[in-house]
Amino acid sequence: MSATNISLRLLGNDTGARVFLAAIIALTVLVPILNVAVPPDSPFHVPTYAVSLFGKYLCFALLALSVDLIWGFCGILSLGHGAFFAIGGYAIGMYMMREIGPRGVYGHPELPDFMVFLNWTELPWFWLGFDMFWFAAAMVVVAPGLLAFVFGWLAFRSRVSGVYFSIISQAMTYALMLAFFRNDMGFGGNNGLTDFKDILGFNLQANATRITLFVFSGVALIGAFALCRFIVASKMGRVLIAIRDAEARARFVGYRTDMYKLFVFSVSAVLAGIAGALYVPQVGIINPGEFSPLKSIEIVVWVALGGRGTLYGAVLGAISVNALKSYFTALAPEIWLFLLGGLFVLVTVALPRGLVGLRGQLARRRANSGALKPKLAERDPAS
Amino acid sequence: MNFIRTFLAGLLVVLAAAMATPAPVSAGELEDRVKALDAKNFAGKGKAIEALEALADPAALPVLRAMQEGLLFREKATKRIVIGVKAARSFEIFDALSGEALGVVKKRKLKKISVNNRLRGRLRLAIGALALTSGDAAARSSAAKALVKDADPTILPALDRALAREQEVEVAAVMGVARAAIQAKGGEKSARLAAISALEGVLDREVMVVLGTLSQAANEPDAEIRALATETLAATEASGRYYGMLETLFFGVSLGSVLLLAAIGLAITFGVMGVINMAHGEMIMLGAYTTYVIQQVFPGAIEYSLAIAVPVAFLVSGAVGVVLERSVIRFLYGRPLETLLATFGISLVLQQAVRSIFSPLNRSVITPDWMSGALEVNAALSLTYNRLTIIIFTFVLLLMIAALLRYSSFGLRMRAVTQNRAMASAMGIRTNWVDALTFGFGSGIAGIAGVALSQLTNVGPNLGQQYIVDSFMVVVFGGVGNIWGTTLGAMTLGIANKVMEPWSGAVLGKILILVFIILFIQKRPSGMFALKGRAAEN
Amino acid sequence: MQGKTILGMATAAATFGFAVTAMAADTIKVGVLHSLSGTMAISETTLKDTVLMLVEEQNKKGGVLGKKLEAVVVDPASDWPLFAEKARELLEVHKVDVVFGNWTSVSRKSVLPVIEELNGLLFYPVQYEGEESSKNVFYTGAAPNQQAIPAVDYLMDQGIQRWVLAGTDYVYPRTTNKILESYLKTKGVAAEDIMINYTPFGHSDWQTIVSDIKSFGAAGKKTAVVSTINGDANVPFYKELGNQGIKAEDIPVVAFSVGEEELSGIDTAPLVGHLAAWNYFMSADAEVNEDFIAKWHAFIKDEKRVTNDPMEAHYIGFNMWVKAVEKSGTTDVDTVRSAMYGITYPNLTGGVAVMNTNHHLTKPVLIGEIQSDGQFETVWQTPGGVIGDAWTDFLPDSARIVADWTAPITCGNFNIDTGKCSGQNY
Repeated sequence: MSATNISLRLLGNDTGARVFLAAIIALTVLVPILNVAVPPDSPFHVPTYAVSLFGKYLCFALLALSVDLIWGFCGILSLGHGAFFAIGGYAIGMYMMREIGPRGVYGHPELPDFMVFLNWTELPWFWLGFDMFWFAAAMVVVAPGLLAFVFGWLAFRSRVSGVYFSIISQAMTYALMLAFFRNDMGFGGNNGLTDFKDILGFNLQANATRITLFVFSGVALIGAFALCRFIVASKMGRVLIAIRDAEARARFVGYRTDMYKLFVFSVSAVLAGIAGALYVPQVGIINPGEFSPLKSIEIVVWVALGGRGTLYGAVLGAISVNALKSYFTALAPEIWLFLLGGLFVLVTVALPRGLVGLRGQLARRRANSGALKPKLAERDPAS
Repeated sequence: MNFIRTFLAGLLVVLAAAMATPAPVSAGELEDRVKALDAKNFAGKGKAIEALEALADPAALPVLRAMQEGLLFREKATKRIVIGVKAARSFEIFDALSGEALGVVKKRKLKKISVNNRLRGRLRLAIGALALTSGDAAARSSAAKALVKDADPTILPALDRALAREQEVEVAAVMGVARAAIQAKGGEKSARLAAISALEGVLDREVMVVLGTLSQAANEPDAEIRALATETLAATEASGRYYGMLETLFFGVSLGSVLLLAAIGLAITFGVMGVINMAHGEMIMLGAYTTYVIQQVFPGAIEYSLAIAVPVAFLVSGAVGVVLERSVIRFLYGRPLETLLATFGISLVLQQAVRSIFSPLNRSVITPDWMSGALEVNAALSLTYNRLTIIIFTFVLLLMIAALLRYSSFGLRMRAVTQNRAMASAMGIRTNWVDALTFGFGSGIAGIAGVALSQLTNVGPNLGQQYIVDSFMVVVFGGVGNIWGTTLGAMTLGIANKVMEPWSGAVLGKILILVFIILFIQKRPSGMFALKGRAAEN
Repeated sequence: MQGKTILGMATAAATFGFAVTAMAADTIKVGVLHSLSGTMAISETTLKDTVLMLVEEQNKKGGVLGKKLEAVVVDPASDWPLFAEKARELLEVHKVDVVFGNWTSVSRKSVLPVIEELNGLLFYPVQYEGEESSKNVFYTGAAPNQQAIPAVDYLMDQGIQRWVLAGTDYVYPRTTNKILESYLKTKGVAAEDIMINYTPFGHSDWQTIVSDIKSFGAAGKKTAVVSTINGDANVPFYKELGNQGIKAEDIPVVAFSVGEEELSGIDTAPLVGHLAAWNYFMSADAEVNEDFIAKWHAFIKDEKRVTNDPMEAHYIGFNMWVKAVEKSGTTDVDTVRSAMYGITYPNLTGGVAVMNTNHHLTKPVLIGEIQSDGQFETVWQTPGGVIGDAWTDFLPDSARIVADWTAPITCGNFNIDTGKCSGQNY
């Protein structure tokens, strides 16, 4: 298969996707250059503050992408995707806690500070292995994937679907949130994991580390986008869309719809886990708040706002909502919730296909208003 | 039985006791001792209270009561001890002993005679001793109860006098128990043993405290008394355990009815209409704020405020619901998941609106007197009035909703539209308006729930968020679109939670419940009561 | 086209950043990092207003060093990672000279690396669990030895022998209860006379726990509840206490997180006599306090608003900072920081607060009983100030650590056994 062939397969004749890919690649390449190579007093300089901010947006974008894969293409609305994101984050966070080693405030050679403080005498079994990066990295993929597999297997096998699925996925993340809040669980309770020092020996506060993490986030997003495109463009993607549109029919035709759903749900969870793992080192904290049901709803809102079922719409939604949030919380702290809430309502009512649907909607309206006149003319030739 | 026995035993002792009445007190001495209450420190005040109590003059009662409630002041100019009652920004003052009105003064003219917890306990005892022979039956009964825990045998003569004079059998029984409990604490050994046996089966916590104290080696040197106390306590606790189970059940039903209240509006908007209404919690919040506003507008009618608030909250939340339906939700029918997005936006807006109007602070909603306190079934089982009221209220509300849906023409139309919109429309039902009214109805019910919840929890901008997740769980667990399912779901979850809480702890209990719901949905993918027929496929 | 939108948004965000940095530097900027939305808005909005009031006051007096102060308010929305982002924004984009902010421990932990990396200056106004002393943070709230221990001492003096330690399950109650448990045991309280209970955030159904407390208190010894229950969960807790007939004379509850503001949302009639331990009560009998309350009412335009302990902490912190800046003639963080040590400022209860070299204040401890009007009446108070102890002496691991940011130690966690500083980023 030649390179053009692959790109054709991935992008099809979808201009939106092409422009999107170009933009993300440009962003991934340009931001580091503008940060490092351009002097700070130049108007083109991107401050470090912006680099980590954009890095955070990219992680959210990846998370939104994972939700769009299942919601937009398979009709599975998960209100618990924040859980996979958080688990990925915890996995890498545990690694970074172990990296601190004896440099904690109590100077314990092995135990993180919060464990010393809460009278743990030895590392609980589920923290073993996290001193090795490869193990933590594997866990970033395995833990959310496995949880999604088990949860999905239970749910899809017994044909739990629609809002029922949404609500029990919410119950799952809610239960996990309560569990992680418990200090007895050994994950740092409400404070979660913080005060990370370095990752793979690189200081997290160094500019180079930040840029690297940013680039990794960009690359992960591009890679995930390619993977999702590959899945939805394949034969399997057709089946997924068939399940989305008429699950019973797809099942009657002979497809094991539960297996398809299970597969795509697990892939999506893994992507969310990776997003979490990239997010945590950039913001420096992971705590049970990420499990909160409201956060998961927010993710769905990003996707719906950007436009579901397009993949790049989800990315656009995640980035624009979060950019607006950053902007409004500084500019208009007292009223930003009015603006954000109002925007959600407006977009849902006025733009059912999200921001990416805007262009098509406008085009259709233009076409309609153009098409209307001749019809009227036909009906009443005299006027 | 035991009460009577103790009573008779007490009576015998009383007859034997000399009926010495205290010598009349000179007015001057009483006044001096009242003045002494304004001592510099708490220890001094404690002594003064004892001195005043020793006079055994009922005239001191109002003074002691005022002191306990923090209403006793010294007028700075005249150094008189006065009782002050707050009136607007100043105080209306009365002479402490004569009760003569002395006019209205500014707060800074008065110095409060402060008390702390230890003094309050001391005062309660003193008031108890004095009130034994005066006041109405309830006052005498509570005075006797107050003596059980703290009093020592020196009070026995006064108690005996009171017992001898007592006409009401019930009050006398309480006094008899108090007498036995006090007697058990010290004195002649055989009398103590008799007193302890007489206490068997008395479920009063204070009595159990007395027995508990006596059963510990640190407090009681005599092994025989210790053994008897332990035995008696064990026997009493055994009968208490049965009531403990009833109490847990009550807690469970009470939690269940709170869940039901929160969820029942959602059962209509989500269950019947298919709107994933994330703003449901905010409708509850609006109802709670309505209660607050009503109490602010009618400060004189706190006792009736809830009765006024129920219909008003229904109208407020219902009107907001209708407006929402007409302006936003009607464009989203057939796209249930998108109603989630829009209503989530609405919930953010409503929260912030409340924050802007009422400030982000919690608002204080006053509990009317008739909802405070507890109904004492017996000493071991008391049902708090606010919970009891809410349970009854919930079920009345539930019946009314069910009747409305079943028998009214609105209910008929509503059911018709949900079952077959096209057909209903063809029959001439204005489906638009039915939709709007149904949504308004569900929201209004949420508003009523808010009135009830304002009595249990914070009234603040985050009120709604606390209940939204739980409400969805209840509706889904019970089966979407079925009000009886919702009811049974709420009760099951409430009781299961409370039964598990003592051994699993509050957090783990809740987690287990959630896991249970997840697993249950696997077994019955459409909840306990699934709608039958084609509807289930959607 | 969509891609362009993203790029456009990115450039817009970036230019927004430049626009702000390019602003003239003839004011001294004061960052305010308190949540104005989300769950913590209840408590934190008041503190934002307090800082704004203090800034306005100072500007009326002519500002600092001849420059006006300018408050920069952002909303971290009770979202912990957002706290870190906003702190970075304040320091990097707005270039503020000092930050007043945070309420919860987790938000402080989230902000800490950013403040340390960019060498900012944070004033943290809330009572907290201790076990921390950062070079860049001044802790103006109470450490455990300025709240919990004196309260327990007071109750012991009142004859309490049996203890319920009830708290919300997060780090502050866990720490406080651990310290108290160890402290009580050194005072000869037996293990079976201590009951420890944790509940989740926002716990609203207290029936079972209150009933347990009732039985625990029925064992013949005088019992008290030490409550580190947080925020929203308090109202249903107190309501349940009242309804189950537990009076302060029987089982007093002493709370460390319930102040005037929390009480303003509760009908306090059934709570009279329950206690709280703070470093400040609105009812404090002092000229400065009445002055402060009058100014607060004028600023907020509401006679009914109350003042509370964290507000006093900001009041002290802000004025100490102003004093330190004027003393050092610059807002440079390191200079101001050294100028802060030993600086004194009258507190609102009539004494004087001192900033110590471990970045904690010396403050008096007051025990108050709740009155029916929602105020506290002071029933006991330490004779002088208590020095805030960053590392408690009642836990073996932390007893070995001291904090002193002046030579020769110059460190927030100096281990006296090994003679080394551990866990330092710098």
